[in-house]
Amino acid sequence: MEASHGGDKGKSRLCSICNQRRPALKRPKTLQQICKECFYEVFEEEIHRVIVDNKLFKPGERIAIGASGGKDSTVLAYVMSELNRRHNYGLDLFLLSVDEGITGYRDDSLETVKRNEVQYGLPLKVVSYKDLYGWTMDEIVKMIGLKNNCTFCGVFRRQALDRGAALLKVDKLATGHNADDIAETVLLNILRGIYSPNAYRGFAREFIKDLERIRPRAILDIIKSGEDFRIATSTKMPEQGTCQRCGYISSQKWCKACVLLEGLNRGLPKLGIGRTRGVNSEHRKNQQIDTKNIQSKPCGTLDF
Amino acid sequence: MQLTLEFGGGLELLCDSVKIHSVNVDLPAEEKKLTMKHLLAWVRSNLIKERPEMFMKGDTVRPGVLVLVNDCDWELSGQLETTLEDKDVVVFISTLHGG
Repeated sequence: MEASHGGDKGKSRLCSICNQRRPALKRPKTLQQICKECFYEVFEEEIHRVIVDNKLFKPGERIAIGASGGKDSTVLAYVMSELNRRHNYGLDLFLLSVDEGITGYRDDSLETVKRNEVQYGLPLKVVSYKDLYGWTMDEIVKMIGLKNNCTFCGVFRRQALDRGAALLKVDKLATGHNADDIAETVLLNILRGIYSPNAYRGFAREFIKDLERIRPRAILDIIKSGEDFRIATSTKMPEQGTCQRCGYISSQKWCKACVLLEGLNRGLPKLGIGRTRGVNSEHRKNQQIDTKNIQSKPCGTLDF
Repeated sequence: MQLTLEFGGGLELLCDSVKIHSVNVDLPAEEKKLTMKHLLAWVRSNLIKERPEMFMKGDTVRPGVLVLVNDCDWELSGQLETTLEDKDVVVFISTLHGG
């Protein structure tokens, strides 16, 4: 980069932390204009404080890092290995990836995870939908079409991480969810019950990014509101139990993954979709099998 | 004016899956300087092949798209008013796609 004229564009000020270098970004959280080097420093230090203050890890623990090859989990893998080394957390770290079996989709990102494996020296475990459930996403889409396929993919991915964590015998699983993701979840939890979930999923993300443009702290404020929710004492909260069929986490008799899988294996793919509860509410609807052969499309080309 | 434009985070899918573009952008008529505002309009009509609404909203980028001019967030250089010079590098990264 040519510092000479590049510098002109932000020449009015220097980094508000070191007062030496040219600022490269404005932190939404503090509105401070800071340079790249200082950003890394405060970012890593803040994460370290959160880990220490909340006693997230104990020495000797085995931790899986959910790694998709995307930017968030790549940052997570870097930060975890760096802080573990710098502050002697004494953790055994592993990378855990999920291969959904979508042709042409994961190939690139799994290459990124393999680079993370080499770069940070972290052992990598890849679990596939095909091995865990007997179905690839491509096969699922052939059976059910493109409507609702994101439900299968999301539910299966969540449990695939649990299963991978069990295979690696880790104590904890770290995921790279960022502030945007959490704020979106808070909003979706408020909207749930008012609207049909798939109607506003894309909208929620766009809405919080619109808010952020007006008020950069808005995203952190939404998260704070979420943390401060008070639940009416009369509200029955779901209890964490285990699935009677597969033994992984579930608040119901059968976990969502098992309900969906049962539907696929019995040729009733709508089991567990929408408001019908299938196995968990005893009455089952016979539904037509949609055998239309629809080409699977990676989510990236549908929406981002 | 010769510029390097880079698209990431999924935005490259809107321009034939090519991430890095070396382009020549002419100054708009009767203007002395090339601004980001002009560049965005140019990108929209010359590079974006599909779904321009994924890239732009109104006359600026869609919220959630990061813009870096020579490795520096365009919020610090005046956003749409940022003036560009020969050989500048402009990077667009969508944060709306999955992480």
